[in-house]
Amino acid sequence: MIDEKFDAIVVGAGMAGNAAAYTMAKRGLKVLQLERGEYSGSKNVQGAILYADMMEKIIPDFREDAPLERHLIEQRFWMMTDNSHTGLQYRSDEFNEESPNRYTIIRAQFDKWFSSKVREAGALVVCETTVTELVQDAYGKVIGVKTDRGGGQIHADVVVLAEGVTGLLGTRAGLRKIPKPTEVALAVKEMHFLPQEVIEQRFNLKGNEGVVIEAAGTISKGMTGMGFIYTNRECISVGLGCLVSDFQSTGVSPYQLLEKFKSHPSVAPLLEGSEVKEYAAHLIPEGGYKAIPQLYGDGWVVVGDAAQLNNAIHREGSNLAMTSGRIAAEAVFQVKSRKDPMTAQNLSLYKKMLDDSFIMKDLKKYKDMPKLLHIQSQNFFLTYPQLVNKAMENYLRVDGTPKKEKQKLTMKSFVSARSWAGLFGDAFRLARAWR
Amino acid sequence: MHIVVCIKQVPDSAQIRVHPVTNTIMRQGVPTIINPYDLFALEEAMRLRDKFGGEVTVLTMGPPSAEDSLRKALTYGADRAVLLTDRFFAGSDTLATSFALATAITKIGETYGVPDLVFTGKQTIDGDTAQVGPGIAKRLGLIQVTYVAKVADFDPAARTITLERRAEGGTQVLKSKLPCLVAMLEATNEIRRGSMENALRAARAEVVKWSAKDAGVQDMSKCGLKGSPTIVKRVFAPSARAEKAKFIEAPEGGNLADALIAEVFARQPNLEADLTALARGF
Ligand SMILES: Cc1cc2nc3c(=O)[nH]c(=O)nc-3n(C[C@H](O)[C@H](O)[C@H](O)COP(=O)(O)OP(=O)(O)OC[C@H]3O[C@@H](n4cnc5c(N)ncnc54)[C@H](O)[C@@H]3O)c2cc1C
Ligand SMILES: Cc1cc2nc3c(=O)[nH]c(=O)nc-3n(C[C@H](O)[C@H](O)[C@H](O)COP(=O)(O)OP(=O)(O)OC[C@H]3O[C@@H](n4cnc5c(N)ncnc54)[C@H](O)[C@@H]3O)c2cc1C
Repeated sequence: MIDEKFDAIVVGAGMAGNAAAYTMAKRGLKVLQLERGEYSGSKNVQGAILYADMMEKIIPDFREDAPLERHLIEQRFWMMTDNSHTGLQYRSDEFNEESPNRYTIIRAQFDKWFSSKVREAGALVVCETTVTELVQDAYGKVIGVKTDRGGGQIHADVVVLAEGVTGLLGTRAGLRKIPKPTEVALAVKEMHFLPQEVIEQRFNLKGNEGVVIEAAGTISKGMTGMGFIYTNRECISVGLGCLVSDFQSTGVSPYQLLEKFKSHPSVAPLLEGSEVKEYAAHLIPEGGYKAIPQLYGDGWVVVGDAAQLNNAIHREGSNLAMTSGRIAAEAVFQVKSRKDPMTAQNLSLYKKMLDDSFIMKDLKKYKDMPKLLHIQSQNFFLTYPQLVNKAMENYLRVDGTPKKEKQKLTMKSFVSARSWAGLFGDAFRLARAWR
Repeated sequence: MHIVVCIKQVPDSAQIRVHPVTNTIMRQGVPTIINPYDLFALEEAMRLRDKFGGEVTVLTMGPPSAEDSLRKALTYGADRAVLLTDRFFAGSDTLATSFALATAITKIGETYGVPDLVFTGKQTIDGDTAQVGPGIAKRLGLIQVTYVAKVADFDPAARTITLERRAEGGTQVLKSKLPCLVAMLEATNEIRRGSMENALRAARAEVVKWSAKDAGVQDMSKCGLKGSPTIVKRVFAPSARAEKAKFIEAPEGGNLADALIAEVFARQPNLEADLTALARGF
């Protein structure tokens, strides 16, 4: 056994773990952070968009030396069929502000930088070390961890579980259930390298400006899922994800979908001539509010993806991860500074602070969304995109059909595909879930 | 006993690529590892220490980022790490590298105790010259044993070490007096997984950082580019050998796997007989 005892052990060095370790170390707590990857970032997959506001709350001047790719000035939403897309595009020079709001990043680099800040703040960071078990006392209180290195247990007043979406440790210790296949999406992603000028030309950018494209429709073959294209400085990330339960029931493989997405006539020209250097796959928690497990207990708190804190509708995850990490750290610090023990009751402060934050408010707002999209996936991801694109084609094609006739045709196509009741029902359910 | 192990941080050769247009080696962004031969050296040194007591000091010359490799060595269980880093060392060839390392080893001797053994790898996977070990030995006036696969015996009282040296046509068993320099081949050992204590110690440890001056270098003209008579004129990738692959198609109404196996057997008749015999055996 290792004699030394820490104030806190953080399991995992992703966004949530780094935010927690940094915040606690800054406050003077004695922190040990354990990461199974070779370095922080080596195991982490994200699109990836960084939300500056949440990062600023942790490291206000992060822009000074963090590895940022491009700041986003344009967002495109595409509703796709097999050979067309209807898009909504928002671009604004306002986003070329002094302190931009969103950036693309490459996690392997960003996390490495974040981890260097965690070390500077005074936490002890040990990589290539997998936590294999939570050590509990006779009453079930978590008192430390065991790792895959020899030398036994390490003890701490509190263990911060920031182990990511699969959350095996928490599950093994009986603190939570394994996420259901309907609650997690499997995403695959490729990095396509292209010269900087080519990217800027293809996406109409200059300097460090960047674009995000989010796409849904027939690309997911009726499953609940979305595709994305993000511009980095010298590469484009292209990816796509669908619910694991949908992959299970359809038997479609993720890479087939990605291949199809990449060869779509709207996507292929953006990637032409690129060199693929990286292929990654990762789960995303998408169960929303209703899937959130118990967040604290005697001697432990859980943060980030491990706590299912992910807003799938807005594709936000890392910001919820880092914010929950920060909030948990602040709660631990408050309990510690009152010299109180890390009991479930005292740590419930974390949940209270989380409830007051945007995290729980946002997740609560969309609590019915995951189920709606899942049950109605055929309609939302196949039928409607096809109808909308057909309507656009009808509207734009000039072929001598009277306009009134065209409108009628369009309307008819919607009704015959979904019936009036279906259309109103969908609109009503969507509006209610969105409210 | 004091053992110095020289380790070099090298690009992970499995991930190096050659630029398709300029034909130059692209080092940028390639992850680094400890030269694999040096890990055999480190493990062999630590086994000696564990058995006979003493300390293992790891030494590297490289950019500030080479500290990562040293910290890794500490995690494996080395006792002390010294990083020799200075812009004066940039562009060192094997002559200048062995000069710098030999000087630093002398300084290590003065500071932490004269080493009884110096371990190096046989060669690196990036420079590949296998000259640095012998270069250090020569400069320090140490007996050198190269191509060593195993430490067979060690006698602290008599101050001798017995080594298995792989040579053409067999293995030589050599006994040497201490101090000596051992250049390790891929060995029979495997680098250990450091304990949690070592991992914690490594995360906290101060890596000793020496500039050329700190290490006791007096003649700067022997360092770096200045001290390097080797001139690299060009680095290029040899063109791929064009051995044409045979394209096998499934015969009309037949099966591709059968066609493929028939083709293999046609070229390797023995294989067919062997496999048939084997199949009968089951
Ligand atoms: C394809 C894709 C695109 C995404 N795009 C976006 C986006 O654009 N914007 C956004 O905000 N979010 C996005 N997300 C979500 C975002 O990546 C996650 O929400 C975020 O990474 C969660 O951070 P985390 O720290 O909770 O988990 P992770 O980043 O997964 O970190 C968990 C860490 O714990 C380590 N670990 C696990 N178990 C152990 C153990 N037993 N011992 C030691 N270490 C362990 C892991 O190695 C890992 O480093 C995306 C996700 C995916 C997959
Ligand atoms: C064709 C070619 C071009 C090169 N070009 C350049 C250049 O432009 N700029 C440049 O800076 N270098 C360059 N080098 C690298 C430099 O010459 C060698 O890396 C260096 O001198 C060590 O030689 P080596 O890697 O062959 O080591 P080897 O002699 O093969 O190594 C044997 C052992 O010596 C020890 N060792 C070697 N180097 C170190 C070290 N730095 N620290 C600690 N221990 C060590 C290790 O134990 C290693 O296993 C070049 C090398 C070659 C072959």
